[in-house]
Amino acid sequence: MATRRVRFTFEGDAVKEPVIYLVGHEFDVVTNIRMADVEHDFGWVVLEIDGDHDEIDRALSWVEQKGVRVDPVAGDVVES
Amino acid sequence: MTYATCLACRECGREFPLEPLHVCDFCFGPLEVAYDHDGIQSRITRERIESGPRSIWRYIDLLPVDEDFIVDLNVGWTPLLKAERLAERLGMRELWIKNDTCNPSWSFKDRVVAVASSRARQLGFQTLACASTGNLANSVSAHAARAGMDAIVFIPHDLEAGKVLGSAVYNPTIVSVNGSYDDVNRLCSELADNRQWAFVNINVRPYYAEGSRTLAYEVAEQLGWRAPRQVVAPMASGSLFTKIHKGFQEFQRYGLIEETPVRMIGAQAEGCSPITTAWRNETTNIRPVKPDTIAKSLAIGNPADGYYALKTMKRTDGGATAVTDPEVVEGIRMLAECEGVFAETAGGVTIAGLRQAIANEQIDPDEPTVAFITGGGLKTADAVVEHVTQPIPVEGTLQSFEEAFAEAPEPVGVGG
Repeated sequence: MATRRVRFTFEGDAVKEPVIYLVGHEFDVVTNIRMADVEHDFGWVVLEIDGDHDEIDRALSWVEQKGVRVDPVAGDVVES
Repeated sequence: MTYATCLACRECGREFPLEPLHVCDFCFGPLEVAYDHDGIQSRITRERIESGPRSIWRYIDLLPVDEDFIVDLNVGWTPLLKAERLAERLGMRELWIKNDTCNPSWSFKDRVVAVASSRARQLGFQTLACASTGNLANSVSAHAARAGMDAIVFIPHDLEAGKVLGSAVYNPTIVSVNGSYDDVNRLCSELADNRQWAFVNINVRPYYAEGSRTLAYEVAEQLGWRAPRQVVAPMASGSLFTKIHKGFQEFQRYGLIEETPVRMIGAQAEGCSPITTAWRNETTNIRPVKPDTIAKSLAIGNPADGYYALKTMKRTDGGATAVTDPEVVEGIRMLAECEGVFAETAGGVTIAGLRQAIANEQIDPDEPTVAFITGGGLKTADAVVEHVTQPIPVEGTLQSFEEAFAEAPEPVGVGG
């Protein structure tokens, strides 16, 4: 089992989709929202995802395919 | 003995021990080093600082490192140049250039890595690590070599060979990640949780960030123990920007300089300006972007400290600028032609941002202003190579020289 801390960023129509609900149904992972700020056309959610390492990877790839940006909670860690 | 007491969450204030932690377990806010201010106050004086080494370590009382663990490459105490010719060109009365191109690996990253590597050694790490496309990897590799530590540097697989050289010469392990920028980002965030490595800007980030405050300390001391009224600094993650302001505030708190409001102006390139865009839209919600600019050292699309940079601007009656790539090149040339300082593209962003801030009346040209130049120009030579003076070809005879010289065009300056 592993835990991943990530930030989802939603823009445009992605805001209206119940992505976090669906990811818990489609994959064997547990999501736990810790912080969020959502407006009508933009929002971000910081959450923990528990599950098997590979299953979390599959779940996050699926979330990205839904048009949601997925980042580590620390933001960009690749610096010049 | 360090006066650092704990790590404290910037959001909820919860305290954590001085360990390799960077995110609050409760609210996921970023952690920051907290200090025993009374202890510092009782010890620190101008004289004590002035008698210290000519490096960032003259401020060791204000850094989260014990003296026995310092990794010393003689970082900092870089020149503060009075930029009279550039000031005249920009219509300013008093402009200063903080020239951080003079650091051991030619960028301000040496300040943050010096503190991170020293703290990493104190925490018992044997390995320094980072994910980087340039300056940070250079500095991590150099400091690891100096400390006799191992270095592991992660780079995107398509990084140009020239950029790898500045790290490779120090013989780190270089891992070329076959994937997108986001893949490198994610891999390193996971590794930081799973390996006993000090990733300087991930698991030891709270200590790393503290090094930037020394820029403000040096400027205040070099100005004759006073703060400037206005500052222009580049913004990537936003950390440098907020820490410069914090540095001036601390010197005021400890009575080392008079209480003076310092207006903070941040500079970004238009091709990666999530913080400036949020500022202009009057929101603190920063929308991540895909960077597309020649200012690669500022190309952070999802800035970790962007929110705090916005708060700093608001609190100081400051602002933000965004400049085009041609303006960046003009900025580099202007600084070089007027002051003899060759900056990398981030410096071009700063100078072009300064000019924009004057035009937008975000900066008062009559007030003392410091512009921060954070990296040397040879790091991004490709950005300007086609925009600078070309040689006049001649044979090795007087006649050939006279003929060619008579026909040579007058040097053309930039920026009016």
